[in-house]
Amino acid sequence: MDAYALLLAATLNAGTVLALAALGLLINEKAGIVNLGAEGIMLCAAIAGFATVVNTGNDWAGFAAGMAAGAVLAAIFGWLVIWLNTNQYATGLALSLFGVGFSAFVGIRYVQAKLPERPQFNWLGLGDVPTLGPALFRHHPLVYGAMLLAAGLIWFLYRTRGGLVLRSVGESPQSAHALGYNVRLIRLLAVIFGGAMCGLAGAYLSVIYTPLWVEGMVAGKGWIALALTTFATWRPARVLLGAYLFGGVTMLQFHLQGQGVQVPSQFLTMLPYIATIVVLALISRNPTWIRVNMPASLGKPFHPGG
Amino acid sequence: MLRLEPRPAPSRAWTWGSPLLALAITVVIGVILFSAMGKDPVRGLQVFFWEPVKSAYALGELGVKATPLLLIALGLAVCFRSNVWNIGAEGQFVIGAIAAGGVALLAGKDTGRWIVFAVLLAGVLGGMLWAAITAFLRDRFNAGEILVSLMLVYVAIQLLGYLVYGPWKDPAGYNFPQTRTFEAVTQIPKLMTGSRVNVGALIALAGAALLWVFLFRTRGGFAQQVGGLAPAAARYAGFSSRRALWTALLISGGTAGLAGALEVAGPIGQLTPYVPAGYGFAAIIVAFVGRLHPFGMVLAAILMSMFYIGGELAQSRLGLPKSLTGVFQGLLLFTLLACDTLVNYRIRLGRGR
Repeated sequence: MDAYALLLAATLNAGTVLALAALGLLINEKAGIVNLGAEGIMLCAAIAGFATVVNTGNDWAGFAAGMAAGAVLAAIFGWLVIWLNTNQYATGLALSLFGVGFSAFVGIRYVQAKLPERPQFNWLGLGDVPTLGPALFRHHPLVYGAMLLAAGLIWFLYRTRGGLVLRSVGESPQSAHALGYNVRLIRLLAVIFGGAMCGLAGAYLSVIYTPLWVEGMVAGKGWIALALTTFATWRPARVLLGAYLFGGVTMLQFHLQGQGVQVPSQFLTMLPYIATIVVLALISRNPTWIRVNMPASLGKPFHPGG
Repeated sequence: MLRLEPRPAPSRAWTWGSPLLALAITVVIGVILFSAMGKDPVRGLQVFFWEPVKSAYALGELGVKATPLLLIALGLAVCFRSNVWNIGAEGQFVIGAIAAGGVALLAGKDTGRWIVFAVLLAGVLGGMLWAAITAFLRDRFNAGEILVSLMLVYVAIQLLGYLVYGPWKDPAGYNFPQTRTFEAVTQIPKLMTGSRVNVGALIALAGAALLWVFLFRTRGGFAQQVGGLAPAAARYAGFSSRRALWTALLISGGTAGLAGALEVAGPIGQLTPYVPAGYGFAAIIVAFVGRLHPFGMVLAAILMSMFYIGGELAQSRLGLPKSLTGVFQGLLLFTLLACDTLVNYRIRLGRGR
């Protein structure tokens, strides 16, 4: 039983990285922008956060640094695609390729660095409850933060005027522009939010989850987060659920190894990637369903007044 | 106040000027970066732009790295021109290398020279097979090719890892994760003695010529590109988008697989976990910097090869991390995309109208 409690705990932990990134990407996709640079942003934020914590010893300063790095990179990306109308796919790809190189370049001094030991969390003493305690109540605050973020985004997107404006920018930028909204600025803000959340996810990965710096450590999580928004048909609650599902798939490999299952480790490592492919294929099977749920202007440039 | 004004027609001058401007900006950023790290920027530029071309041997090495980059980029150009976003060439390269390596391992002491053809063919087929998964899932299940092709890169790398750590590991290799060295008979013929450059370079150049003919002189190549530029027009003309998808992915899978085969049966000579060297990703930059044009991509492949060699030299001579290569490659693509604005827009001062 306790093995399963630990598996659940590990799943929530692993899912948090994906959830933070995917919820951020959800917002910029709701505004009509696909950011394929997620992987690069997460890598740069991972090293920014890690380096900050090594030098200051403060985890929250590390998260802030990761978010700032993500926001800056996303802003550059946003300026290129929103004002200069560069191709969103190509520009995002450029950001990812740059991020891989740049993070490795900056991170080389931190390869051997170690972070201080952290105290165990035990929320309201509930962490001592058998089974449920270790599974649910001993997590880092950001694990609950991701859940709150999902709830907050549901409220924002579907219960506030701002959310309505954001969605209208993604569905029909021409109409939003005609109504007097500054489509480009709204898109830029959405992209920056997405970048900041990817940054937070990257910093959480290197500061809390691993916690160390390894070149290319994001290992495709940025791309999986991108796939999650499609998987969730652009709904925050489903993004969160999907993130935990994929976190579970990632953890399953360690669980299976622990159970002595005789499968070469490389095949277990493949699992999350294969799962992403299978899930994408199953979800995308029905083109109408995707078309109905996808923000209508997703990936398309917008020229005001044109 | 700067303002962008759309041009009536794309500027031909800037189409080719933009990569040069992007390169200039990347160099300027490079100079700043070298200075900031307390290195002599002139020395830095030398390492990247002079050392790789200063001798016959250096030029050969330049060719060794430019070959896979060009081959992969040629295939990617077909994809990008048809609006098929295959970004998983790295995976197709790895599977091509695995298939080619598998055939090369079959060779014995008395195998004939024909084995080289079998090795290369296996590479092409392996790459095509891997790309076909992406094409199939896109065609049959409507799954986006960007994410599928990229996820398959990770799967391919793990598969390579399984083989070299497991069943294909050299029993006499002191437990290193690598296959035994392939028999000499499988070696891709070298162009000249004293250099590692092999016939792969000629194949890549011939490929560039073939691509030019396909794109600009055949109906098939035309149909392929109409689908990318104007899907509605392509439908109206009766050009099949499914056919374009399969053609693009099979061609790019084939060239990436061929590059993988040439690499393992050429300079590397065995399968190791270090076969994936990022050529599949760098080739995306080659394709864009070369304007998806065969001739442009030849130049871009040479440039990107200089970045690779420059990065290695920067590590050994200047004590800088090798990852500098990736920084400059990414920067180049970034600045290129920004500079490309000049192709379609004029910059004007002041407020218009």
